[in-house]
Amino acid sequence: MIVRRTDLPLNRDALGRFLPWLIAFMVYLAVMALAGMLLLNQLAGRWDQGIGSTVTVQIPAAADKQQDARHMQAALKVLKDIPQVLFAEAIPESQIATLLEPWLGAIGGSGDLPLPQLIDIELKEGATLDEEAVHRKLSSIVPGVTVDSHGLWLERMVRLIRTVEILSIAVLALIALATVGTVIFTTRTGLAIHQDVIEVLHLIGARDSYVARQFATRALFLGLRGGLIGLFLALPTLWGIGFLVQSLDSSLLPDVSLQPMQWLMLAVVPAAAALIAMLTARITVVRSLAGMI
Amino acid sequence: MKKDSKAPVVRFENVGLRYGLGPEVLQDVSFSLTPGSFHFLVGPSGAGKSSLLKLMYLAHKPSRGLINLFDRDIATTPRRDLPALRRQVGVVFQEFRLLKHLSAFDNVALPLRVAGARRDEIDKHVVELLSWVGLKDHLHARPPTLSGGQQQRVAIARAVIAQPKLLLADEPTGNVDDRMAMRLVHLFEELNRLGTTVVIATHNEALVSRLGHPCLQLDQGRLLIRESVAATGPARQLKNALDAAAKGGGKQPAGPTA
Repeated sequence: MIVRRTDLPLNRDALGRFLPWLIAFMVYLAVMALAGMLLLNQLAGRWDQGIGSTVTVQIPAAADKQQDARHMQAALKVLKDIPQVLFAEAIPESQIATLLEPWLGAIGGSGDLPLPQLIDIELKEGATLDEEAVHRKLSSIVPGVTVDSHGLWLERMVRLIRTVEILSIAVLALIALATVGTVIFTTRTGLAIHQDVIEVLHLIGARDSYVARQFATRALFLGLRGGLIGLFLALPTLWGIGFLVQSLDSSLLPDVSLQPMQWLMLAVVPAAAALIAMLTARITVVRSLAGMI
Repeated sequence: MKKDSKAPVVRFENVGLRYGLGPEVLQDVSFSLTPGSFHFLVGPSGAGKSSLLKLMYLAHKPSRGLINLFDRDIATTPRRDLPALRRQVGVVFQEFRLLKHLSAFDNVALPLRVAGARRDEIDKHVVELLSWVGLKDHLHARPPTLSGGQQQRVAIARAVIAQPKLLLADEPTGNVDDRMAMRLVHLFEELNRLGTTVVIATHNEALVSRLGHPCLQLDQGRLLIRESVAATGPARQLKNALDAAAKGGGKQPAGPTA
């Protein structure tokens, strides 16, 4: 790293110890927020593809088996006439029993317990189904029928994720703002501490940009140092979380992990923080020097 | 070596200065300095000597009146053009205002660095000048480790390194003995001979009467011009005697060959 000679004793004030740690915390938070955002984005992208392709119709158990069969026939006939439907088929009772097994135990498809009947519908590619209309049409034939689109559920889930993503972006923006505020404050303090030296430079004929460059260069290096500290604190945290998620070995949590490109984006955060610090310092100095004659 | 044909280096017309809402510390100040002139600025403490110098080195703007520096009206000169004007003015500040964390070398190099001079040029000129003022062995010393007289020479070297057209010095002989004072004034006269316009603020009346340069005299914020106090007779002899004494002092730097 190039150590620049500066005319201002910038390396001797307390700000040099103070600023990197503040930026380290900011970068830590930013990396966590960004990692969360990238993971959610990946998740949402995966679920997005599943949206709207399958629908399940549920027919409540009727008084007797004959009625059940009639309901099923009627419902299937209606569904197969809908142009968007690729196929519609009844799910066998044994399979329904298997689905319910975790809650009801092995009931083996015996007739003792009235089970609802299910129809699995696969839509044609790109097609959408007007659930309300289908439900109305079926209700007139089969009372108590429900039309359950996984698409709708997934859509809500994806919408939730998108909301959280927007929140993450807002959090990132707030962190950036806080960084800007911190740098403005420390730069102003630095200007006040070194006012005498700055005045001498000014009277010797230094342009504002000459003084600003010294503050900006220091802010860049302090920002970079702080940013790297923040990144190196954030990476073990992310690995730790990843390890915990894996050890849960649960099918409830979808298997997502950061791709190399996304790790690279996290690595860019300290550089971005340093750049923000540099620009902020420069603008702050130029603005406050503009008050001198 | 006055060049009266040229435009004045400094021209004040009815200049007034007040700090905030206070009383005017300078009132109706009018004068002009021709290129190559040498003036003392005298007056009792609080008469406004430092304020007048500050107006000349552009640390303040006047509350009223007109200031021309190098034939440019300061009031209408855009702020971005002021650094270029300041680079033609060398200032020896009252308390030197050396940067404590920088070496003597870096302090003297500052005006050149600020002006964007090349590094090898800076190295050459700074070493040359510091040797000339007898600080060859103190290039890397920080100001706090130098004596008052040595600091003063660093301050003067910094003021003249960029070959200013106008040299301003505020009480440069304030904290030194008479012999050192004479040596410093000789340095300024040397620069004056090379064409620099010089203004030295001092309340050392003895020094002023010895040398016989014209005076700008301030009294309660008003300016009088005392043209050429002739340094003749006993005063001249005293000056010559002091010159000889100063030259006898071992560290007297050799003057540059013109």
